[in-house]
Amino acid sequence: MTMPFYVAPEQLVRDKAEFARKGIARGRSIVAVEYASGVLILAENPSRALHKISEMYDRIAFAGVGRYNEFETLRKAGIRQADLMGYLYSREDVTAMGLATAFSQTLGAIFSHELKPYEVEMLIAEISVNGGEHRLFKVTYDGTLFDERDFCAIGGKAEALTEAIKAGFREGMVLAEAVKLGAASFRQVEGRAPDGWEAAVLESSNGRRAFRRLSDEDLTAMTAG
Amino acid sequence: MTGPPFSFGLLPLSAPLPGSSFTDLLTSLDLAPRWEVPAEGRVSAPEATTVLAVCYQGGVVMAGDRQATEGYSVAHRRIQKVFPADRYSVVAISGTAGLAMELVKLFQVELEHYEKLEGLRLTLEGKANFLARLVRGQLPMAFQGLVVVPLFAGFDEAADVGRLYTFDVVGGRYEEQDYGAAGSGSREAKSFLRTVYRTDLDEATAIDISVRALVAAAAEDLATGGPDLRRNILPNVYLIDRNGVSEPPADRLEASARQALESSP
Repeated sequence: MTMPFYVAPEQLVRDKAEFARKGIARGRSIVAVEYASGVLILAENPSRALHKISEMYDRIAFAGVGRYNEFETLRKAGIRQADLMGYLYSREDVTAMGLATAFSQTLGAIFSHELKPYEVEMLIAEISVNGGEHRLFKVTYDGTLFDERDFCAIGGKAEALTEAIKAGFREGMVLAEAVKLGAASFRQVEGRAPDGWEAAVLESSNGRRAFRRLSDEDLTAMTAG
Repeated sequence: MTGPPFSFGLLPLSAPLPGSSFTDLLTSLDLAPRWEVPAEGRVSAPEATTVLAVCYQGGVVMAGDRQATEGYSVAHRRIQKVFPADRYSVVAISGTAGLAMELVKLFQVELEHYEKLEGLRLTLEGKANFLARLVRGQLPMAFQGLVVVPLFAGFDEAADVGRLYTFDVVGGRYEEQDYGAAGSGSREAKSFLRTVYRTDLDEATAIDISVRALVAAAAEDLATGGPDLRRNILPNVYLIDRNGVSEPPADRLEASARQALESSP
């Protein structure tokens, strides 16, 4: 019988965290920016079939970076949770706060109990009812939950992107301005032309289901004008 | 049962195959509505009465009266029997109101759940088949006299045409080319529609004859409540066409109802 080596818990957590951070840093980042009538989520994504941004519930959207299979598992689980809550109670009882907490709990449990942590970061955005504050949450690989204001970035370049957006952000921008700011921040941080965009908005004017994807034509029109 | 028992703490990471059905998820978590009832005894519950649908050039109109009836009494005067199922389809219910509304709610969540998980909508055929499965699941209740029979209409985005499906109590699903009706006044509604239906109906005429068919059903069937302008009770009407589901404005329906009541013999 072989005896397992003793590894100090600090060492174990550090190793896992470093492993997860490396995995996340390989992928492309995502930003969310609030504008006058909603929230924009913009991702650099060369694929048209594999989405990083998705509708989660009536007023809630999800975006994930890192390993596709891992954030896709979490995305589906989040939709299940949201639809279950809404079906068993009422649609208004599904909130970004509740979902973000559940993501945080789940990622926290996976980080401490599994051999390999999930190499993902997630963003959960919710637009307010009747002009209150929107919500932006960021959940990292170890389950740490951040409550962000006005804008938020996830992925390997998150910090640099946040700085770039902070420099150009002002309240009450129109959608086209928010798209331009997001795209410019990506260009500045990456130092190269983008490989293709995936973008979506949450906007109350879309009706009960506030989520809408922006097409390439929409984006071209907005960045050109 | 797959995965741990359901709790709102940890996310349901695993789900039954194929994994995109909300109804199967509920079943796997032991949360699905239960329809088992004792063999003995009867339950009396409000009944939703007449709903109908008419195909026209470019789409389908679906309409229902607003009354729920229990025995010889009016249970509710303003219930809704026609519901948008998603952006491109509408479902109407007849039979035991409480069960039917639960079925509609489940159906709506099912369609949206699939769309969000898979990133695309079910085909119209797929939606109709799923609804048939839900109706079939109600069969044990039908023996207790608690029957649910829906109507389903939607726009087939692939074929670019509106389609209408009727159902029977055992979950049989039938596609109709012209019109369909369900509920206690359906016989009268269909007799009326038979006399006025043409294949080249336009949208406005389709709305008018749908409302007139409800008035005709209410005239012969006591359980069906016609438009009641004094109480401001108008039928539920939805249109399904290339642009999706829409609802005609109330004044348009009121004009239609007024005309139907005046021309009714």
